[in-house]
Amino acid sequence: MKNIKITLLILVALLANRNGFAYQIEVCKTCPISTLSDGIAQAKDFDTITIKKGTYKEHNVIVNKPLTIIGENYPIIDGELKGEIITIISDNVTIDGLFIINVGTSYTEDYAAVRIKNSKNFKIQNLVLEKLFFGIYIEKSRDGKVFHNKIIGEAVEEYNSGNGIQLWYSKNIQIEHNFVQHVRDGIYLEFSNFCTIKNNVSALNVRYGLHFMFSNDDLYEDNTFENNGAGVAVMFSKRIKMFNNTFKENWGTASYGLLLKEINDAEIEGNTFEDNTIGINVEGSNRINYKHNTFKENGWAIKVKGACYTNIFTENNFLYNSFDIAYNSKVNDNAFDKNYWSSYTGYDLDKNGIGDIPYRPVKLFSYIVNRTPETIILLRSMFIDIIDFSEKVSPVFTPDDLLDNNPQIKKRKW
Amino acid sequence: MLKILKYSFYDLMRSRWSYVYFAFYLLLGVVLLFLNNDLSKAVITLMNVIIVLVPLIGTIFGVMYYYNSQEFTELLLAQPIKRSSIFLGQYLGVALSLSMSLILGLGIPFVFYGLFESSAIWDFSLLLITGTFLTLIFTALAFNIALSNENKIKGFGYAILLWLFLAVIYDGLFLMTLILFEDYPLDKVSLIGTMLNPIDLSRTLILLKLDISALLGYTGAVFKQFFGTSFGLIVSFVMLTIWIVMPVLRIIFKSKKKDF
Amino acid sequence: MVTIENLHKKFGKNQVLSGVDLNISEGGIFAVLGPNGSGKTTLIKSVLGMVIPDKGNITVLGENIKKNSEYRHKIDYLPQIANFPSNLRVKELIKMIKDLRKPTNEDERLIELFRLEPFLDKKLGNLSGGTKQKVNLVLTFMFDSPLIILDEPTTGLDPISLIRLKDLIKAEKAKGKTVLITSHIMSFVEEISDEIVFILEGKIYFKGTIQKLKTKTNQPDFEHAIASILTDNHA
Repeated sequence: MKNIKITLLILVALLANRNGFAYQIEVCKTCPISTLSDGIAQAKDFDTITIKKGTYKEHNVIVNKPLTIIGENYPIIDGELKGEIITIISDNVTIDGLFIINVGTSYTEDYAAVRIKNSKNFKIQNLVLEKLFFGIYIEKSRDGKVFHNKIIGEAVEEYNSGNGIQLWYSKNIQIEHNFVQHVRDGIYLEFSNFCTIKNNVSALNVRYGLHFMFSNDDLYEDNTFENNGAGVAVMFSKRIKMFNNTFKENWGTASYGLLLKEINDAEIEGNTFEDNTIGINVEGSNRINYKHNTFKENGWAIKVKGACYTNIFTENNFLYNSFDIAYNSKVNDNAFDKNYWSSYTGYDLDKNGIGDIPYRPVKLFSYIVNRTPETIILLRSMFIDIIDFSEKVSPVFTPDDLLDNNPQIKKRKW
Repeated sequence: MLKILKYSFYDLMRSRWSYVYFAFYLLLGVVLLFLNNDLSKAVITLMNVIIVLVPLIGTIFGVMYYYNSQEFTELLLAQPIKRSSIFLGQYLGVALSLSMSLILGLGIPFVFYGLFESSAIWDFSLLLITGTFLTLIFTALAFNIALSNENKIKGFGYAILLWLFLAVIYDGLFLMTLILFEDYPLDKVSLIGTMLNPIDLSRTLILLKLDISALLGYTGAVFKQFFGTSFGLIVSFVMLTIWIVMPVLRIIFKSKKKDF
Repeated sequence: MVTIENLHKKFGKNQVLSGVDLNISEGGIFAVLGPNGSGKTTLIKSVLGMVIPDKGNITVLGENIKKNSEYRHKIDYLPQIANFPSNLRVKELIKMIKDLRKPTNEDERLIELFRLEPFLDKKLGNLSGGTKQKVNLVLTFMFDSPLIILDEPTTGLDPISLIRLKDLIKAEKAKGKTVLITSHIMSFVEEISDEIVFILEGKIYFKGTIQKLKTKTNQPDFEHAIASILTDNHA
C-alpha cells in the first residue's frame, strides 16, 4: 500500500517537473515571435504555442515536434492561395482555435488547410476553415481526434474541389461534431478502419456528405446529411455500422440518401431517410441488416440493383414514398418482415396488429419506370393503379416471392 | 346571366344529389382525418378521389342537369334573355354548386382538424383548387355533349365514355406510346401528352407537391425545367384555364346555332 | 305585327318548312292548324327565336329577330309541355319569371282565377299535369305583351278552367292584342279564332276566316272543312 502511494507521489512530481520545463510561447504581431513558423522553430517538444488575434500570412508551416498550438480569439492564418498551410509530421500534436483561409488549389497536389502525416495521438479541434481546397487531410495516421471544426468551402464542380475531412490509410480516428459544407465530399475515408464518425452535419456538398472507399469496421452515427449531391456513399467496404443518421433532401438524377456498393455485413439501424430521390441505392451488397429505419416521402425508398443476397429488412417504416422498393431483376434473396407500409391496403380481422394478407412492396410500375423513365409522368394514374393491381394478383414482371408476410397495421415506434 | 346562374344554383342547392355529394365529401374528410389521423395519407387518398371522382361527377351531373332542365330551358328561351346567358348561367350554376359541395365538404373537416396550423395547408389548397378546375372543365364538357346530343341515353353514354377515356384509357395509350418509342427522347412528348388531358394535367400538378423527389430522379432537361421550377406550376394552371375556356366557348357557339 | 318571308327549315333530311310567307296583322286571334308534323310548332318556335331558320326573314313588330333577344319582351309564350324545375315552388317560379322579365301584379288576379292559392307552396315536381298547365297559363298571361303565343293551351285543363281560359283569351283580344294559337281541339279553335292559318307540307295552304274556309272547301261545318283538306291532299 505504502509503496503504491510513494510511486504515485513520484509520478506526480515527475509530471509537475516536466510541465515546469514545458514553455508557453506567445505569437503575436508585435511580439518577438511574430509568426507561427518562428514559434515552432523556437519551441521545444511539448511546448504550448499561443497565437494572439491577428492575421498571419503563412503557408507550408511544418509541425515537426509534439506541440500544442492554440489560437486565442481565432487568429487568422492566411495561406494566400500559395499551397498547403499546416503540415503535421510529429506525434502528439494538438491544434485548437485557428481560422485558416486561402489554401492553394492545384491539379497535381492535394493541398490541405491542415495535413496530418504519419502521426499518432493528434487532436484537431475548434478550427474554422474557409476558402479551402482540402480541409483536414489525415494520411497514414492513427489514434487521432477531429472535433468541433467548421469547414465551409466554395466548391461548384467535382474536378477542381477537394474534400472537407479526408482520411487515407488511417486507423482509429474519431470525427465528431464537425460541420462541413460546400466541399466535394464532406468526409472521405479511404483504406481507413475502426474510425468513428459521430454527430456531424454534412450539407450542400457537391458529391457526397460522407464517402467510404475500401474502409472496414467503421461506425457512423447521429449525423445529418442534407442536400448533398448524394448523402452517403459506402463502397467496397465491410462491417460498417450506420446508426441513427438523418439523410434528407438529396435530390437529383443520380441522387440518393445512401449508396451501398459492394458492401458486406453492414448494420443499418434507426436511420431516417426523408425527401430523397432514392432513399437507399443498393448494388451488389450482401448480408446487411436494415432495422428500425424510417423511409419517408422519398421517390424510391430502396432501389435494389444487381445481385444482392441475404439482406434482411425488418421493422422499418415505409411512409408515403412514391415507390417503396424497386428491383431490376426477378430474383429475390432478401427478406422483408414486420415492416409498416403506408400504402398497405389489407385488413387485420384477428386484430393482432399484423395485416392478414401479405404486402408486395415492388410494383409493376416501378419496373416500367426503370425501363422507360419518362413514364414517371403517369405516376398515380388510375390506369397504373389497375395494372399494378393485376400484377399484384399474379406477378409476371416482379419477383413473386418478394413479400412482407407480416405487414404492420400501425406505424412502428421505438 | 347572373340571374340564371342564381336560379340554377338555388335549384341545385335544393337537389338531393347536391347533398349526397356534399355529405360524401364531408364523410370522406372526417373519416380520413379523425379516424385515420394521418395527414399525409389523407392527402394522398384525397388526391386519388379528386382525380377520379370529380371528373365523373362533373360529367354525369352536367349531362343530367342539362337533360332534366330541358323544358325549363325552353321556357327561358322564350323569355327576353340571350341564349348564351341561359346556357352559361346554367353551366356555372352546376359547376359552382358542385365545386361548393367539394370545397365545403372537404373544407369543414379540415378546418376542424386545425388545418390552418398544419403544414399540409398548401397541399390541401392545391387539391381543392385542382378539384374546382376539374369540376369546371368536366361540367363544360358535359354541357357540350348534351348540347350536341338530343338523345338522352346517347348523351349519358358519351359522357361516361369521355370520362373513361380521359381517366383510364388515355393513360393506357399514353403508356404504350412511351414504351413503344422508348429509344427516342420522350420528355417533350410526355409533357405534351399530359397537357392534352385535363385529368393528367391535374394529376401532374399534384405530383409536383407529393412526388417531387421521384420526379427529380429523371434525367431529361425539359422535365427538370418543368418540375424543378415554378414553370411547371404556371404552365399547368394556364393549360387548365384553356381547358375551361375552350369548351365554354363551344357552349356559346353551339347554343347560338341550336334549335329547340 | 308578325311578318314571315320565305321561311325554310330542315331538320336533318326532313324539310319541315319550305317557303312560308305569312303576315299577321295587329289585333285578333289567329289559329295555326295543320296535321301532325306539318310544322306548326316549328313555325311558332321560329317566331320565338328558338328554332334558327335556314333561310328567310322574320320581323316582329318591325324588328328583325335575327341575333336579337330584346323583341321577346313583347311576346308572351305558353310552351306545349310545361315541365318546370321540380325543386322550385310555384311561388318561387312566378317570382323568378317576374325577376327575369319585369315586375307585375297581374299574377295575383290570375292565381285567383285558376284557384291556385293552395298550390303556391308546393314543389312543381309534385303537381298534376293540369295544375302545371294552370301555372303555365299564369306565367304567360301575367305580362301585358302585345303578342301572345299559345301552344296547345287546353292540354290537361278541366272544363271550368277551359271556360276561364277562353274568357281570358277573349279579354286579351278586346285589349287589342294579337294572339297566336295552335290546338287540336277543333271546337275550341272554331269558337275562339278570328282567322285560320292552315299549314300543309311546310307551306301555308290557307289563310282566312273560318267562313272563307267553309266556302272554299264547300263543307257545312268547320271540322269537315279541315278533314276535307286533309283527304283531298292525301288522296
